[in-house]
Amino acid sequence: MPRSTLIRIVAAILVLTAVIAIPMTQVHWNGAADSSQAHPIDTLLNVMIVLSSFVFSIVLVMLGYCIWRYRAKPGDEADGEPIHGHTRLEITWTAIPTIIVLFGAVYSAIVLADIEKKSSDALPVDVVGQQYKWSFGYPVGHGNEVHSDVLNVPVGRQLALTLQSIDVVHSFWVPQWRIKRDVVPAGPSGNHIDNHVVVTPDKVGTYYVICTELCGYGHATMRALVHVWPQHRFNGWLQNQEQAQAKGGGPPFPTVETTTAGQTSTSPAGTPTSASG
Amino acid sequence: MAVALKRPGLPRAFLGAILGFGFGYGLVVALRALSGLPLTQTQQTGYPQLIVGSITGPLGFLAGIGGFDYWLRWAIGAPTYPHELEHKDHGAHSWRDYFKFNTDHKVIGIQYIVTSFFFFFVGGLIAMVMRAELAQPGTQIVNPGAFNSLFSTHAALMIFVFVIPIFAGIANYVLPLMIGAPDMAFPRLNAFSFWMLPLAGILFLASYLCPGGAFDAGWTGYAPLSTGAPLGQSFFNLGVQFAGASSVATALNFLVTIITMRAPGMNFWRMPLLVWANMSTSLLVVAATPFIAGVQFMVLFDRVLHTNFFQALNGGDVLSYQHIFWFYSHPAVYIMMLPGFGIISEVITTHARKPIFGYRLMALALLGIVVLSYTVWAHHMFVSGMFAWLRVPMMVTTLLIAVPTGIKIFSWLATLFKSVLHLRSTAMLFALGFIVTFTMGGISGVMLGMVPIDIHVSDTYFVVAHIHFVLFGGSVFTIFAGIYHWFPKMTGRMCDEALGRVHFWLTFVGMWGTFLPMHWVGMEGMPRRVADYSAQFGDWNLLISCFAFLLGAAQLIFLYNMIVSWRYGPKAPGNPWRSKTIEWLVSSPPPIFNFDEIPRVVGGPYEFGVPGARHAILAGEGAEVPAPERAVVGAAEVPSP
Repeated sequence: MPRSTLIRIVAAILVLTAVIAIPMTQVHWNGAADSSQAHPIDTLLNVMIVLSSFVFSIVLVMLGYCIWRYRAKPGDEADGEPIHGHTRLEITWTAIPTIIVLFGAVYSAIVLADIEKKSSDALPVDVVGQQYKWSFGYPVGHGNEVHSDVLNVPVGRQLALTLQSIDVVHSFWVPQWRIKRDVVPAGPSGNHIDNHVVVTPDKVGTYYVICTELCGYGHATMRALVHVWPQHRFNGWLQNQEQAQAKGGGPPFPTVETTTAGQTSTSPAGTPTSASG
Repeated sequence: MAVALKRPGLPRAFLGAILGFGFGYGLVVALRALSGLPLTQTQQTGYPQLIVGSITGPLGFLAGIGGFDYWLRWAIGAPTYPHELEHKDHGAHSWRDYFKFNTDHKVIGIQYIVTSFFFFFVGGLIAMVMRAELAQPGTQIVNPGAFNSLFSTHAALMIFVFVIPIFAGIANYVLPLMIGAPDMAFPRLNAFSFWMLPLAGILFLASYLCPGGAFDAGWTGYAPLSTGAPLGQSFFNLGVQFAGASSVATALNFLVTIITMRAPGMNFWRMPLLVWANMSTSLLVVAATPFIAGVQFMVLFDRVLHTNFFQALNGGDVLSYQHIFWFYSHPAVYIMMLPGFGIISEVITTHARKPIFGYRLMALALLGIVVLSYTVWAHHMFVSGMFAWLRVPMMVTTLLIAVPTGIKIFSWLATLFKSVLHLRSTAMLFALGFIVTFTMGGISGVMLGMVPIDIHVSDTYFVVAHIHFVLFGGSVFTIFAGIYHWFPKMTGRMCDEALGRVHFWLTFVGMWGTFLPMHWVGMEGMPRRVADYSAQFGDWNLLISCFAFLLGAAQLIFLYNMIVSWRYGPKAPGNPWRSKTIEWLVSSPPPIFNFDEIPRVVGGPYEFGVPGARHAILAGEGAEVPAPERAVVGAAEVPSP
């Protein structure tokens, strides 16, 4: 290939990379970023978008060039040049992607360690999933727990969530927080299931917990409200809730031990689903 | 009538199915009666009488179709067939022979392909219903339970009885011809493998008749949702057994055929890449598929026999299901991709008139993928709550798979360099389209492989987008490329290339329009496997549904083209694409026993543009000047200018 063609191809690849990557990195693909874990994840995504745009541009430009340059004329029965390989080129396109993906792996591992760093003053919250609702418990000392169907949390303080399921596998996800973890029925032994996850909401707002693991008939609507409050309002809510509960109010809280195995059903009220209508 | 019921064939097969089902059902009822239990049991996870009947019924079908005739005679020492009838089950003389237990790999190949496409269209129709439901937020057409059944059966049909077996079908037809073999190593086992396939598909579809509807725990069937699900789930567990047994038997057949039946002169470095690809795939199938068969039996036992493999409260381990399932199902994505890689190599080299670039590295990359693919399963489980330390090692191996895959993409592109690129060939269009869409699927795959990104997008529409980019834009595009490429060989007719091009462009546009926006709604917060979704995603979903209907309609063009061209297309010459590999040296369609005399392989498979180079010589051509004896030039030689 003449040097001038090579330069033009490389230039085309770089231009196309910029054309794809610059607008793509301006869009907030993941939606609002409202936890301190969201920001490093979004930065990682943007870095990957740039690298991917480069790879995708190489493929598109080379493909486009070959189609434009080597397209057969009608009736052309000739063969192409018998090029069987090129060792240096093959080593290059083995080595460079290896370096890129290893970079991606190291970077991801760093981000992972960062978003899972535990804080010593984290607020413990018990999350219980069941077909098809969420329940939340706040330990308040002396073995007591405040219960709620809405996840009320303070802003700017790390939450240490402990996830438990009483029936099938669910998954806890608040998209604006970027954090997701399956809610697994672990059984009395715990089965070494890692059910602790941390997240630090850094904006006041209202969100939904979305179940993202297929759990049956009501999977699509298995949601719970999330309120992120300033710390003092959260404290006020917690006290009110504790007092209301002491008087016998508050929602009933599901206990993990009382369910029997093999009785899970994929339809409401334990009746089999009918396939139609 | 009585004669038809005595002869092996479909009438006897249906009788066998009924008798087999009755036997299984009766056995359970009799044993229950002996034990003093109620005669039937109808807990939603039970129905043992139906479950056993659904195992013995298909076995009766296989016996009826003639699957055991020869083996049984042999086993009990009865005379098998007289010599002149030795091949009575071989080859097709009329269309009726396609509905029989036939030992000819070419007949079996067509049986596989047509059966798989039947399930492709059924699965496609199910997808259309889903997209109609998803066109607007809220539930309009089906209720959430029925929707769960729809996506579960869609995936099960597409994966287990379309993509995996159709590759077995294409290779069944082409591979023995390519290596200069008269047939597969075990022709009866080959026929037996095929006939298990429709049984699997029918079991999946029969689940719609069950009380409680078709299986609805997803094709992944995670426990304990699946262990407690209504009866239909058991039909999934059983269907997977037949599909799995079918692919294991075929894979063994391919391995033995490839290793022992290559024509003289065809050493490993002279095998076409399609052969390499199917050898790699078979290595995956024989070792990985037993895991899914096992884990589905464990679910079935939990359901029917009340074992506690996955019942957490009784000491079972829920995550074990996912580990065992993905230990098969990650290799399975390569089972669904590597044969496609082989097809693309054949199509590109032929229609670009160039030797494949870096042949040896291409073959080694396949083996690299085989090895790596056993070490990555837990990347489906980054958010599952499994032990945290496994995530980073699995992420590294996952990302490393991008390297051999990248080698393949770059080598195909380099093959196009200085080629004579025949863009009017539909097969080539699908191959080029595949390169673009598969690269996109690879990119989203790398992103999914990174734990922090995966934590956010796992189980969202981003994943739906990714799997359809690699399975539709990847596997299905390669299937279409292969079908258009070998259509003349298989049918003896040319297909309508103009219609083919229309099919390609509509499919390409429909595929990108359908699956690209799914990335965006997924990242923004739409979970997968939902009949209803938040109103903010309504516009995108409407657009996705419109493109999905376009994509579906485009497949009708394909169907029309295949049927009409097969019947009325112009007669195909032996080698319409002027290809070099052996299947093109015989007539189209090839003679019943492929070759009068086994060909002699004298060079590499893709020596386009090398003056005088030949890949193989057929008997009777000895008078010609013998071609120069040259091995395939590997990566080490001939630098490009």
